[in-house]
Amino acid sequence: MRRLYRILAAVLIPAASLGMALAAVAGLVLLVGEAPGTALLILVRGALGDPEGIGYTLFYATDYVFAGLAVALPFQAGLFNIGGEGQAALGGLGATLVVLAVGDLPAPLVFAAAAVVAAGFGAAWAFVPALLQARRGSHLVITTIMFNFIAAALMTWLLVEVLIAPGQSALETRTFRPALWLPTLADLVGGDAGGAPLNPVALLALLAAAFYWVLLRRTPLGYEIRAAGLNPLAARAAGIRVPRIILLSVCGGGAFAGLIAINELFGAQHRLTADLTAGAGFAGIAVALLGRGHPLGIVLAAVLFGALNQGGAALSFDMPNVTRDVVIVAEGVVVFVCGALDGVARGHIGQSLRTLWTAPARQAV
Amino acid sequence: MDGAGAASGLSLLLSLAGSTVRLAAPLVLAALAGLYAERSGVVDIGLEGKMLAAAFAGAAVASLTGSAALGLGAAVAAALLLALLHGIAAIVAGGDQIVSGMALNLIAAGATPSLAAAWFGQRGTTPPLPSGARFGPIVLPFAQTLSEVPVVGRVYTTILGGHSLPVYLAWLAVPLTAFVLARTRFGLRLRAVGESPEAVDAAGLSVARLRFLALAVNGALCGVAGVCLSMAQGNGFLRDMSAGRGYLALAALIFGKWRPWPVLCACLLFAAADAVQARLQGATLPGIGAVPVQLIQALPYLLTVAILAGFVGAARPPRALGKPYPPIR
Repeated sequence: MRRLYRILAAVLIPAASLGMALAAVAGLVLLVGEAPGTALLILVRGALGDPEGIGYTLFYATDYVFAGLAVALPFQAGLFNIGGEGQAALGGLGATLVVLAVGDLPAPLVFAAAAVVAAGFGAAWAFVPALLQARRGSHLVITTIMFNFIAAALMTWLLVEVLIAPGQSALETRTFRPALWLPTLADLVGGDAGGAPLNPVALLALLAAAFYWVLLRRTPLGYEIRAAGLNPLAARAAGIRVPRIILLSVCGGGAFAGLIAINELFGAQHRLTADLTAGAGFAGIAVALLGRGHPLGIVLAAVLFGALNQGGAALSFDMPNVTRDVVIVAEGVVVFVCGALDGVARGHIGQSLRTLWTAPARQAV
Repeated sequence: MDGAGAASGLSLLLSLAGSTVRLAAPLVLAALAGLYAERSGVVDIGLEGKMLAAAFAGAAVASLTGSAALGLGAAVAAALLLALLHGIAAIVAGGDQIVSGMALNLIAAGATPSLAAAWFGQRGTTPPLPSGARFGPIVLPFAQTLSEVPVVGRVYTTILGGHSLPVYLAWLAVPLTAFVLARTRFGLRLRAVGESPEAVDAAGLSVARLRFLALAVNGALCGVAGVCLSMAQGNGFLRDMSAGRGYLALAALIFGKWRPWPVLCACLLFAAADAVQARLQGATLPGIGAVPVQLIQALPYLLTVAILAGFVGAARPPRALGKPYPPIR
């Protein structure tokens, strides 16, 4: 009974916040003078109606799994990493440098090196804010946001002055050689996804989620991270070096964010541009909160936001009055309901469940 | 240095000072907005979103009605609405205040270009405002006569004069806030509720009411800050036009140790960096060569990190900052 109660709570609370997010988007669609019902239909059909839509949905979901883990890991230590955007951009820089330096090596070697370096660059970009939080108590939220702006300036400068492909005006590097384009999953299994760039990095994202679970639940370090998040003072009293936990968890988040670049660069774009991530870093906040920090929840939430993003693209195509920015509103509402109103949702839904099943509440929450 | 060089140096300095005064205004307003919220114990990371929403609402209504006053009203209303949402999450529901602020930033960042694109048909902007629909420079009395006087006249016309209404409101808000905090009953209670809500509660005052009042002032100030961006300095709304100023204001608030006059100084520092970066673009420094534009644009953000890293260690935030009252189990 307790188990049933727990599962219901884990399903109903996100469902309620999702309902509110959809209601907010419907309100926005009404405000711009379109019909919300039709919009929802276009959105769902665009995201899940054909193999191409599903392929794109899962491609975006791959980004969002990494972005969600980038927020969720530091969150377990009680820290809020808003720097996913910048960390992913630096990851893209690292991967591109690998390609430019040793791109002639066999493709699998290049992919492996690029993934490691991208994660390393993402972690390195998170290191300074993490260090400042650990040593000086500088507000991680503000410093990571500042590092997003600084990363944007740095990337623009590098693209303008250093990395731009010779003889062209668009701000991008030269295109990677086709051997470095990852095959799509559809190609690998002989199917047809209409050109959607879903590629094997999606499996890497699942591995990353599994790694996150093992790290947190089955290793001493994970225990220390969670202890520091629940009560830093008690953790310190128990001999856990909290500054070290801050550094490791935030840099680990940065490494996850850096991997977003691998999916985008080798799966879809094949060159470095100034806007590599297209807001995936911020979507990660919503994904992590909606997924309640659980890897399975994060994967499901990522698929959901992938569908929302792909459906939003279809929507803006069919309804010129609706732009893809509505997806950001949906993210914001989910963050608000899941993150900030969490207590209310738990209180209400928990109460109703309790009266229905009269299960003991303490174990369930 | 010859006479002409000295004169041009002085004139550069005066115009830099003038830009600093102008650019500081939205920062000052936002930072003071944050001050009211945080002195009452409510963390406000949502200054950015409130400014952005206000900038859009103000420019949208002003361009539709042609009235700057109605635009100002709409801007304040939009910021108040977001402040109310933040209050519901932070004060009533006892939720995570940083998460709530971030959520409001996302909502504003998504909703403003959506609505702008749908209502005005352009890429997330509002059309340029006609002159009656924005807050233009105010010419101070005797500006014409005094401009003849050598230094004093220039100071009077470029630093003190020629700014728009929101800029003067910003400068007025600083002494007013200092007075309210230190010398009024509301100010005393505001400080008390941020330090020790249980004492305020025991004295028979409503903690929630006081914090909502603080957030109302916060929303109104953010509204004027948004108007500064889109209806005074700018000429209409642009996508993401707040460009991190809400976070800079928050850093200024921390750097200024949650006190009005030091906060003003911190804002002036940021604004001076901004004014200098606008000047430095395309300039070549002797011995260094051309400075990359992007590095100069990143100056305010680098300055923020440096300030948070170096000087804030000793600052003590209001004791109850970020903690819900009554405490959650």
